Amino acid sequence: MITIKNLVKKYDNLTVLDNVNLEVYDNEIFGLLGPNGAGKTTLIHILATLIKPTLGTAIVNGYDIIKEPSRVRSSIGIVFQAPSSDDMLTGYENLKLHSLLYGVHAQIREKRISEVLELVGLTHRKDDQVKKYSGGMRRRLEIARGLLHKPKVIFLDEPTLGLDPSSREIMWKYIDRLVKDEKITLILTTHYMDEADFLCSRIGIIDKGKIIALDSPSRLKEGLGGEIIEIEVKNKQVESKDSVEHLLEPYHFVHKVEFNEKEGIVVIYVDDASHNLPTILKVFNNISINSNSNNVKSVNFRSPTLNDVFLKFTGRDIMMQQQQQEEEDRAEGGFMERYAQYENK
Amino acid sequence: MLSMKTNKNTIETELGKLYAIWLREFKVFLREKSRLVASTFTPLLWLFVIGGGFGSIVANPSTISAIGHSSLGQATSGIDYQQFIFPGIICMSVIFSSVFFGSYIIWDRKFDFLKSVMVAPVSRTTIFIGKTFGGMTTSLIQAAILLVIGLVIGIHYSPLSIVAIVVLILLLSFALTSLGLIIGSYMESLEGFQLIVSFVVFPLYFLSGALFPLNNLPTWLSILTTVDPATYAVDALRNTMLGIVGKNPFAIDAGILLISAIALGTIGMLSFRRMKAV
Repeated sequence: MITIKNLVKKYDNLTVLDNVNLEVYDNEIFGLLGPNGAGKTTLIHILATLIKPTLGTAIVNGYDIIKEPSRVRSSIGIVFQAPSSDDMLTGYENLKLHSLLYGVHAQIREKRISEVLELVGLTHRKDDQVKKYSGGMRRRLEIARGLLHKPKVIFLDEPTLGLDPSSREIMWKYIDRLVKDEKITLILTTHYMDEADFLCSRIGIIDKGKIIALDSPSRLKEGLGGEIIEIEVKNKQVESKDSVEHLLEPYHFVHKVEFNEKEGIVVIYVDDASHNLPTILKVFNNISINSNSNNVKSVNFRSPTLNDVFLKFTGRDIMMQQQQQEEEDRAEGGFMERYAQYENK
Repeated sequence: MLSMKTNKNTIETELGKLYAIWLREFKVFLREKSRLVASTFTPLLWLFVIGGGFGSIVANPSTISAIGHSSLGQATSGIDYQQFIFPGIICMSVIFSSVFFGSYIIWDRKFDFLKSVMVAPVSRTTIFIGKTFGGMTTSLIQAAILLVIGLVIGIHYSPLSIVAIVVLILLLSFALTSLGLIIGSYMESLEGFQLIVSFVVFPLYFLSGALFPLNNLPTWLSILTTVDPATYAVDALRNTMLGIVGKNPFAIDAGILLISAIALGTIGMLSFRRMKAV
């Protein structure tokens, strides 16, 4: 459905997209996962013909984004990060406006508008001005708008950014049903791991303008090797990564050992954590006996998340990075905050 | 046969897109009541406070004879200052509403509405023309309210003069909405908005001769008035409404207005084509 070939985007000296090659299949939900500034939105904007790439091209629904931008536009629907409907108009009027802009035939226009309103559950609010809508309703209206002209491909840029947890889950269900009912291909960007995990059939992890991993969520997680045991130690100096690794080496169920020195946490990737945990604790106890103290402070075991996958490929924690970013935004009185103030007015 | 039918459909679709953009502007205008009230009230302040206040000075026999002989020509008899500036106040309303309307595109961009229009299969030219039609409609509605108030201060209209007035207002409004859209298409933030007011809107208004006759001006001022398209609208409207033969004959004024409308419209379409979508 989409073929991206050697796509490069540079702003002066800043490389936003660095030779991206990617294939998105028919009827799949493809997730572009990465931290802010990774190049997700830029990639979507290029595919939607809003920005021209510096080098390379892409074929969307059989049309070249550089040679046939207008045909590409007719065959895609896009939902931007921030709601872009006119909030002085009603939901219905916004949909009418866009059905005219997309040249939806007069005979089927009204029918199509009621269909998409029904689909996103906004029929009862269609004659209210958009400024009276909640954040989730606005987002749903955007999705309805994106579907009006029956596009083959839909782009969703951070579909649940800024929504509360319950609205997010409702949104996920909408999106999931949408792809099944309307037989479309959906590409979404997100920095939420759980979202990518829940929705996407395949994920491309993007960081610093490069696709660094590409597979289904479950295969990406399997690639890490089994489950994860985290052992917090009391005395950071006692253990070194090498000594733990050496002691665990005889056990075939241990795949990999990592040592987070700053927080004093040993991360061990194992098969079947619930049965093998006692063995591992025994190893740690032996170290403790040698040093005359019980060195294990706490133990935690869990299945790997996409966050672990991201950590593995980038060496950074996506959520930590996100939080830092958001704190910086707040400190500067960032755009989202100003936007929120505008919303409240 | 088939190709003719598809052709007709394409034209209908294109007109539909144009209509959609115009309709949105029109509806937003009708709903933003405060904008309508404010933009009608300001010209009225000028008309009644400045017109009444300065009118009392100008009504002094010596001044009136000065204006009467040197500037207003033979037709001044029976025209007071308030009536004299009335065509200028109409133009003021058109200048303000058109330029502001055009530069409001910065808001459309700020709240991503513009992006959603640009990602649709609509040509930039269609977006531009739809917008200018929207600007012309809103300017005409505001001017129409003032024209009705004109009856109170003793302005008379004939069917022919109304046609001429509407054409002049539409031409000026097309030119200045284009100007606003050109500026808006280059501006990326709202910070520069105040500059538009100081460096575009007020100069256009004050240099148009809305408040004073154009004859006998200092040379530098006279030159500046000739490059202001609104000058020709004021001159022609005075001619039409009050029967004052001003600086130029009606046909010349209308012709220059038409040329500036075409020129600014063309620059506007070109600016829209190169405008960044995000």
